[in-house]
Amino acid sequence: MDGAVSETEHIERLAREAESLKIRLDDERQKLNDVTLSVVADRLEPISCINVKPRRVLKGHQAKVLCSDWSPDKRHIVSSSQDGKMIIWDAFTTNKEHAVTMPTTWVIACAYAPSGQLVACGGLDNKVTVYPLSLEDDVSAKKKTVGTHTSYTSCCAFPNSDQQVLTGSGDSTCALWDVESGQLLQNFHGHSDSVMSIDLAPSETGNTFVSGSCDKLVFIWDMRSGQCVQSFEGHESDVNSVRFHPSGDAVATGSDDATCRLFDLRADKEVASYTKESIIFGANAVDLSISGRLLFAGYNDYTVNVWDTLKCQRVALLYGHENRVSCLRVSPDGTALSTGSWDTTLRVWA
Amino acid sequence: MVTATMSADKSTSSTSQAVAIATTSSSSSTTANSQDESKTTAVAAAATAGLDRTASQQQQKTNNSGAVSKQQPRTQSAANLLVPPTLAFTAQAHPAVLTAPAPQDSPNYLTYKKMEALIGRMQNEENGVPVRTVKTFMTKIPSIFTGTDLITWMMKNMDVDDQEALHVAHLMAAYGYLFPIDDHCLSVKNDNTFYRFQTPYFWPSNCWEPENTDYAVYLWKRTMQHKARLELADYEAEYLARLQKLFSRKWEFIDMQADAQNKADKKRDKLERKVLDSQERAFWDVHRPMPGCVNTTELDIKKVCRSQGRPTSSSGACQHSGPLRKLVNRSVDELRHEIELLKLRLDRRIIKISKVAEALINYSLQYAEYDPFFTVPEATNPWITDSLDFWEQEKAPKDVPLRRVKRWAFSLQELLQDPVGREQFIKFLDKEFSGENLRFWEAVRDLKTLPRRQVEQQVKFIWDEYMADEAPCPVNVDSKSLEITKKNFKERPDQWCYDVAAVTNIFQAPHAHVYHLMKTDSYSRYLRSDMYKDFLNNSKKKASVKGIRSIVSFTGRKDPQAV
Repeated sequence: MDGAVSETEHIERLAREAESLKIRLDDERQKLNDVTLSVVADRLEPISCINVKPRRVLKGHQAKVLCSDWSPDKRHIVSSSQDGKMIIWDAFTTNKEHAVTMPTTWVIACAYAPSGQLVACGGLDNKVTVYPLSLEDDVSAKKKTVGTHTSYTSCCAFPNSDQQVLTGSGDSTCALWDVESGQLLQNFHGHSDSVMSIDLAPSETGNTFVSGSCDKLVFIWDMRSGQCVQSFEGHESDVNSVRFHPSGDAVATGSDDATCRLFDLRADKEVASYTKESIIFGANAVDLSISGRLLFAGYNDYTVNVWDTLKCQRVALLYGHENRVSCLRVSPDGTALSTGSWDTTLRVWA
Repeated sequence: MVTATMSADKSTSSTSQAVAIATTSSSSSTTANSQDESKTTAVAAAATAGLDRTASQQQQKTNNSGAVSKQQPRTQSAANLLVPPTLAFTAQAHPAVLTAPAPQDSPNYLTYKKMEALIGRMQNEENGVPVRTVKTFMTKIPSIFTGTDLITWMMKNMDVDDQEALHVAHLMAAYGYLFPIDDHCLSVKNDNTFYRFQTPYFWPSNCWEPENTDYAVYLWKRTMQHKARLELADYEAEYLARLQKLFSRKWEFIDMQADAQNKADKKRDKLERKVLDSQERAFWDVHRPMPGCVNTTELDIKKVCRSQGRPTSSSGACQHSGPLRKLVNRSVDELRHEIELLKLRLDRRIIKISKVAEALINYSLQYAEYDPFFTVPEATNPWITDSLDFWEQEKAPKDVPLRRVKRWAFSLQELLQDPVGREQFIKFLDKEFSGENLRFWEAVRDLKTLPRRQVEQQVKFIWDEYMADEAPCPVNVDSKSLEITKKNFKERPDQWCYDVAAVTNIFQAPHAHVYHLMKTDSYSRYLRSDMYKDFLNNSKKKASVKGIRSIVSFTGRKDPQAV
């Protein structure tokens, strides 16, 4: 009995402590919240017409395109679809170079390795599988299952090399796997709901990545310790997409609450929110241009909105897709933007 | 059946009550019913609701129709085996789809609420979209507005241009909040086509997942009515034929239900029926869309899996807690963890927003020149001009363009990312007799890219090469970092064991590790050195020559398809 009482007291004490710390933290943050980004950016020239047009249409999938990634060679794209196919495109010529049938019909995630010789994908099979790309052999002959989650694989990426894969999953964890042995190198617990998106910090000196989840939170993780080192709150619904600012000092996010936001690691808080009354539908995918000035966001309303990240204004609205935009990526050299949609096509814009 | 019909009659007569039922069941704003015309609409809908039994909730309420409601779950699985292409998603059978979830759990919940708020404003009596009844030569068309009315209203009230207004209107139609009165294709045109608002009862936020049997009843009812305006479209007729085959054994029931609904319909006011017929049709145009139209009831598979994994919306939060968290200690552990994180956040050095804003602005200004969305690259964007020159130029081994060399001065990372820059820097370091710093840092970086199998061996190699007492190229590391590294090397020789010595971690106070040393010391000296300046001037000279060459190569470019 005594034990139980002291336990509740203990909990109450801890809760009080947490509460007071929260208040202190809010105070501290408020002190540093001296001005807004858009006010400081007021002195900048507005972005005059952004002349982004559709340049290529990639047709070949039989069902919704769910994910895509650029090859480091800046012209190939890997895409995965609900039809159970993964296609390697030469986006420049719009030719298909490989079409690989997957063991699952829902291939939710796919990613190119830094060498451009390997792709990873995963989906409702809860796995992440790598496929070496070669023109001689059948691609699926050399496939290799690297890791397995307890729920679907929602996203994957290669950090630093072809030898490791980082995955996010519906089981609300992220995991780092050794490709060759399939060994779990690090496990990342902390989210309380499905992880929807991950992105690696661009800084060569860091070992960090960011994750966005249906628990509405954005976490920064240290790959070495497996610990969450920073967290951002603010979104009112699922965070569907996270992307590091090219400087590595901020992350852009897209959410089902129909907003995109910019969280700064140095300020430890949200510094901008990109929203408009006429934008009703959730944002599925975000990415930034090379300079970080433009934020591209693909929405469930079939459009891509282009935001001025600094002035927090929309500078362009790209129409073209005929169903939800499910994925979106700026090419590695920043020359183009690729989008994939539930209308079964991929498009390249420049 | 008889009671169902009677209750329907009752609700038609007692208007205000029926309105109340319709609105509460849709949990929406009552403003929708403020207008007289939409009032009749809601009444009519509530009346059908008693009869239609499209909603499972309704089925449970009516007792004497138990035979029908019992039969439906059984046919459900059979129905899903043979569904036509428009039902592809339900066919892929996720149990979650088949059990009606709470509205808040729907992935589209926020979107629905926003659209419904907008509909509320559109239906405002004073400053909404003007809804009227149009009288033509022979007939009256009740409760309609034109596409132009709608778009004009949106442009006036929503800060959108005509294109975006049309797009938003199109989406609201596709989700069934408003619809063209004579078209199965739910879209909006900015012209004099007539549109009508959907009754809240049929809004998608009510989590409709209508069964094929309901659809069969609906289609069968329409064929019974023998009216030109209710004639089935080709695709509907095909659908009906398939459903007849599928439900051949229980077609009697379907026929009975359709007949009962038909009789009830006949007793209604003519204008009321017109509105109701169109609303019912629009409902099915959302849930069984015409081929070629987007099915807006399809859900994101990730979100479906997610709601499947959660038993209820409230208890779902901590379902996947790690093995360490036992149920009893969870709250204590969680609180401790939370406090730890809060303390960490309090201790963190935070920068003022004004400074962060300056940094972000400076970054984008510095890189604007390298952002092809702002500055047209020297050799033109390959995606726009179909010329590969831009990519070819990058590959040229010794011909480093000026803009690339300028970039080396932005940061050490930029310098090291460029192979030519890295080569220059190592030459510079060797001259200064500190090349081992970069080599050590690179070895540590590459260690992380190795397969697990090779890591241990490489860890030992790095130790012997740079850290051991008799190392041939010892690096300078402060004693504290060295101590930690020594411990790591002995206890946990993994790919991260040299990080303390080699790498700046933004989350710790900067130690005097190697990267930091290079950055603050050698790198800044390199940028001031004659070596860098000479290289910069050289590429400046080349740039002026190349300017002419690039024009020549641009005019003589090859067909990209042939490359």
